[in-house]
Amino acid sequence: MLLRHTPKEISERKALTINPAKTCQPIGAMYAALGIHGCLPHSHGSQGCCAYHRSTLTRHYKEPISAGTSSFTEGASVFGGQANLTQAFNNIFTVYNPDIVAVHTTCLSETIGDDLPQIRKKAITEGKIPEGKYVIGASTPSYVGSHVTGFSNMVKAMTELAEPTGKKNGKVNLIPGWVEPCDMEELKRISKLMGVSTIMFPDTSGVLNSPLTGEYKMFPAGGTTIAELQSTADSTGTLALGEWCSADAARQLDKKYKVPCTVLDMPFGLKATDRFIEALRTLAGVNVPEEIMTERGQLVDLISDMHQYFYNKKVALAGDPDQLIAMTEFLVSIDMCPVHIITGTPGKKFEKRIKEITADMPYEVNVKAKGDFFLLHQWMKNEPVDLLISNTYGKYIARDEDVPFIRWGFPILDRQGHQYFPTVGYKGGLRLLEKILTVLLDRKDRDDPETKFELVL
Amino acid sequence: MGAAEKLVQWDPTDIKAELIKKYPPKVARKRAKQIMINEALENGTPEITANVRTIPGIITMRGCTYAGCKGVIMGPTRDIVNLVHGPIGCSFYAWLTRRNQTDPGPEGPDGENFMNYCFSTDMQDQDIIFGGEKKLATAIQEAYDLFHPKSIAIFATCPVGLIGDDIHTVSRQMKEKFGDCNVYAFSCEGYKGVSQSAGHHIANNQVFRHIVGENDEPVEGKYKINLLGEYNIGGDGFEIDRVFKKCGITNISTFSGNSTYEQFATAHQADLNAVMCHRSINYVADMLETKFGIPWIKVNFIGAEATAKSLRKIAAYFEDQKLIDKVEAVIAEEMPEVDAAAKDAQDRTKGKTAMMFVGGSRAHHYQELFNELGMKTISAGYEFAHRDDYEGRRVLPFIKLDADSRNIEELEVEADPERYSPRKTEEALKTLEEKGLKFKDYEGLAPDMEDGTLVIDDLNQYEAEKLVELMKPDIFCAGIKEKFSIQKLGVPMKQLHSYDSGGPYAGFKGAINFYKEIDRLVSSKVWSYMKAPWQDNPQLSGTFVWE
Ligand code: SF4
Ligand code: SF4
Repeated sequence: MLLRHTPKEISERKALTINPAKTCQPIGAMYAALGIHGCLPHSHGSQGCCAYHRSTLTRHYKEPISAGTSSFTEGASVFGGQANLTQAFNNIFTVYNPDIVAVHTTCLSETIGDDLPQIRKKAITEGKIPEGKYVIGASTPSYVGSHVTGFSNMVKAMTELAEPTGKKNGKVNLIPGWVEPCDMEELKRISKLMGVSTIMFPDTSGVLNSPLTGEYKMFPAGGTTIAELQSTADSTGTLALGEWCSADAARQLDKKYKVPCTVLDMPFGLKATDRFIEALRTLAGVNVPEEIMTERGQLVDLISDMHQYFYNKKVALAGDPDQLIAMTEFLVSIDMCPVHIITGTPGKKFEKRIKEITADMPYEVNVKAKGDFFLLHQWMKNEPVDLLISNTYGKYIARDEDVPFIRWGFPILDRQGHQYFPTVGYKGGLRLLEKILTVLLDRKDRDDPETKFELVL
Repeated sequence: MGAAEKLVQWDPTDIKAELIKKYPPKVARKRAKQIMINEALENGTPEITANVRTIPGIITMRGCTYAGCKGVIMGPTRDIVNLVHGPIGCSFYAWLTRRNQTDPGPEGPDGENFMNYCFSTDMQDQDIIFGGEKKLATAIQEAYDLFHPKSIAIFATCPVGLIGDDIHTVSRQMKEKFGDCNVYAFSCEGYKGVSQSAGHHIANNQVFRHIVGENDEPVEGKYKINLLGEYNIGGDGFEIDRVFKKCGITNISTFSGNSTYEQFATAHQADLNAVMCHRSINYVADMLETKFGIPWIKVNFIGAEATAKSLRKIAAYFEDQKLIDKVEAVIAEEMPEVDAAAKDAQDRTKGKTAMMFVGGSRAHHYQELFNELGMKTISAGYEFAHRDDYEGRRVLPFIKLDADSRNIEELEVEADPERYSPRKTEEALKTLEEKGLKFKDYEGLAPDMEDGTLVIDDLNQYEAEKLVELMKPDIFCAGIKEKFSIQKLGVPMKQLHSYDSGGPYAGFKGAINFYKEIDRLVSSKVWSYMKAPWQDNPQLSGTFVWE
């Protein structure tokens, strides 16, 4: 037993987090910033945070993750990090020549109270930022929220670049939230099929799934361009996918530039995708093309074909709020039973949404924002499940409790595929179901007695 | 393209100039001092600047003090609850990511093992504003109630130092309260020092202060040693222990791979300290000598030849013919398989070149393995070494202490009034030295590298990429952050901090694994697929007609 010390009895913990289901803000800010074309993320703090965030993103995406750091030592921690950041700007623009630097803070710079907007302004007025180059910044203290909050804060910071021209561009802003590069690609494909022209931000496709060619490009071809970000103020409207990841940026554009926004769930599964398509349709005033109808029909077909293996199966889930909400709804919609759900990201709204989605289930779901894997494991000991869906850290629980396991979310450190095969949209729904079926049926094939071991399932 | 062909194409001075060309003048001046063209001088090696601050904005490979303390030194000990006091991230990132393996051994599958757990106080903004001491005390209590461990270690991250939480007092109070659980703390905030190195030092100090020497119950065994600076990544420590056991050497405690609290507590009973990674653990070696009279020697179990040499050193120290014979017998038994594996790989690896930029000693140790493959290291350096790691221990008196090193505590250690007992007399040590066994000494990386190779401290992403472009090594070794940018250039990259997969690479069996791994990497067909067939000949010269 790998987690042999986890007791079945649940005791209240007030101060101790064990096996967290979240991490800190800056890593989310760093991931978001990589979705701008020609952008170097920069971590304002000591270099350790930056090293950890780069390592973890590298392990998940299996791609180079470049980011600068202000490399604070004791002196900067006492006197403030302004000198370090100004020096960093100079070095960064001289050596790496990015189009834009996206700065985020860390616990350290937040605690000493470095005023990022002021430092940035000063650097700009003193000519430390070369002509034609940009700097944006987000405050991302890790003692508030989680990596999801950091992502959202950086996406919101991207709206600083918006510059209304007074002329509408006829496009829809699409904020995809923290999904995989391939998911962003898929969302663009769907929009194109719908005939909707979009500005997607951030967009890590082409950046964090770039090809191996013998050439290293610090700034690969993908990503939202600065021109596109500037143009977001002229768009017809904004579709923000995910309340936690994307809504703040969308509301900002609405508030500042009157670009009307709609906040939707992330389009994981049938119903959330339906709503996404519906929103695209109405926003752009287009008809849903036959191709999309076919994809939808295929998903419904698979659900009906394999329903016997989904029906009433109990599932435990850990992950980030936006993803979990859509996933829970999907599971409920195919008659599976999500019974234990945790996220580490705080927010009462999350628990409420999950309760709503599962209101018709004949049992009470265990749900906790600000939960951790330790608690989830204890719940599973008390009420066992047929399937666990979480990031890679869940594999210790899955092995101990002998439960089929699907890796989904962030980070996935030990498998490939998540960067390339989307799980959003109807096609993504097909893939999710295929993954669920595979682990459930593999388990059946393993456990059935020989008399029940059959060729046709 | 053959290796020889590549080597004549470059001149080290030009490469160095190329590496720093793009920097602003101040940065270029600083980096120039950290890039050394190796020359075998009469009286030693040229000087290199090391253990100095990283330049803001330059994408460094380095991590922080906390990573060196919790991640490297304390992480691999299985039965200590490592509780990180701070916001969630720091604890999360150090959760199982270093591939430290552990084996509860005789304690069986129910033996204590907290390594798969990640503990944090997950500080919130109110803790930052009002102080986190209460929360810390509660968290310690909760960990104690849940697990009843022998020991709880507390680690401070950046904000904790800034808001002034007194983690040491909280720990002491909790220790007194429990009575049967040793609680102590590490002030290893990330901003202290210039790299992980400061964290190693802090970890060494506290382990020595709070655990080493706590248990005087005698440990059985004839040739008792401690192995210092080995972290059982990918099972390295398992293999070294297998070899020790075969030789009849008792390893009381490894600092800190596959280790336990009790092993640290009884470490003072060893008769010799064998030091692998000097950088990370030298402080403990020195303190064990001063306080208890245990001498230390430098060893290296990376590479089959190096392993044999290190075993012979240990045997020579004990001056017992039985042990000397046994060690020879073990080497003789293990080597044929190793030789066969090396020979097999050499067909493909001989004459190829490598670069290594790892930690504080691996960039040195692994050169032995590459030598055994007939591969040459054309450039190497450390992420967080000090000058002595490059130039040898003889430069210690000449290293100037700067502000960043000065704020790391130096423990005042004295001989233990009761337990100090020099394991060898002065004369005995001297005789051994005359026979070639060096105590308290190592020569560093530079003397082992050829003339004209490049030794680079605190290499960064930009220089790494330039170096690879210019010198086209057949393999590059560093950490996970560097892996994919190097591979995008079409050069295989082997992780050597935490390995990417595989291991062990230490000892005899490890050497065999490593030969196979490097052979696989440099011989893989994948590196020939960078260009599509039509890219070699972009102009269409003829037309195909379908008929
Ligand atoms: S929690 Fe804070 S100090 Fe720790 S890695 Fe995250 S930003 Fe850095
Ligand atoms: S070999 Fe390097 S990475 Fe490993 S402990 Fe020593 S200094 Fe650290």
